[in-house]
Amino acid sequence: MRYHEKRFNVRRLVLLGTFTAIALILSYIEFLLPPIWSAVPGIKLGLANVMVIYVLYSLSLKDAAMVSLVRVFLSAILFGTALTLAYSLAGAVLSLAAMAILKKLGLFSEVGVSIAGAVLHNLGQILVAVIVLRTAEIGYYMIILTLTGILSGVFVGLVGSLLTKYIKFDWSKQK
Amino acid sequence: MNEEKLCAEVENNSPHSVKKRIRNDIILVLAIILFASIALLVMLALRSEGGAAVVTVNGKPYASLPLDKDAELIIQGEDGGYNILVIKDGEAYIREADCPDKICVKHRRISYSGETIVCLPNGVSVKIEGSGGGVDAVS
Ligand SMILES: [Zn+2]
Repeated sequence: MRYHEKRFNVRRLVLLGTFTAIALILSYIEFLLPPIWSAVPGIKLGLANVMVIYVLYSLSLKDAAMVSLVRVFLSAILFGTALTLAYSLAGAVLSLAAMAILKKLGLFSEVGVSIAGAVLHNLGQILVAVIVLRTAEIGYYMIILTLTGILSGVFVGLVGSLLTKYIKFDWSKQK
Repeated sequence: MNEEKLCAEVENNSPHSVKKRIRNDIILVLAIILFASIALLVMLALRSEGGAAVVTVNGKPYASLPLDKDAELIIQGEDGGYNILVIKDGEAYIREADCPDKICVKHRRISYSGETIVCLPNGVSVKIEGSGGGVDAVS
C-alpha cells in the first residue's frame, strides 16, 4: 500500500484528525437540526458520511473506518448517550461494510456507494431500535427511512465525490 | 506527477465507465426500494389485531386494558409525570401528557400486536399485545 510506505507520517495523521473533526462538526449540525423521526433517537441524514466517503476514496478503508468510528464515539460522548452510541455504532459499522464492498466491486459511482451506506446506516439503527424498544412496529418506518436514506445518500455522495475530485493532498509528503 | 498517479489509480479502480456506473446506481436504488417495499408488505401481512394495551412504567408492569372496552387511564409516570391513556373503538392513544416533547401525544393511534407508544421522559410505554377478540386470529 502506497500510503503505508512511511513508518510514521505526521502529515497524514494531522489531516485525518482534521477530517474527523469536520465529521464531528457535521454531526453537531445534525444534532441541532430537528430529527426526521423523533421517536427513535439517532436516525439522521448522516452528513458526517461526507467525510467518510472522502477518506474512503482518497485514502483507504482503514482510514475511513478510523474517521467514522472516532466520530461516532466522540459525538456520543459530547452530545449523546449510551443508547445513541449503540444506534450510531450499529449504523456506522453496517454502513462502512456496505460501502467498502460496493466500492470494491467497482460497479457503482460514489453516489451509489453513498446511497448504500446511508440506507444501511438507517437499517443498522432500526435493528438496534427493534432490540432496544422490543417492538417490530419500527420496521414500518423502514420504508420512509429507506427513502430518506436514498435522498441523503445522493446528496452526501455528490458532495463526497466532488471533494474527492477537487481536494487532493500529497499524503506521503514529509517535511 | 503524484496527481497523475492518483488519477491513474482511480481509473484502475473503476473499470466501468461513468455512464455505466450511473446506470448501476439507478438499478441499485430501484433494488433497494423494491426490497424495502417487499419487507414492508410482509410485515403488514403478518401483523394481527391486538387484544389488550399493556402499560409499563420504567419497564415494570403497570396496567393492562382490553381494547374492546372504551376506557381512560391516568398513568403516573416518572417523577410525578402523567400520561392519559384512552381506549376507544379498539384503538389506544395518549390524549394528554405533561412530558416536554409530546411525542406520545402526537403518536398515531395503535391497535395492532407489537405496536407501541413510548413516552421516554415519563418512562411510560403502552404496547398492544395478544390477538383480538379472544380468538387466535393466526391459524
Ligand atoms: Zn410523552
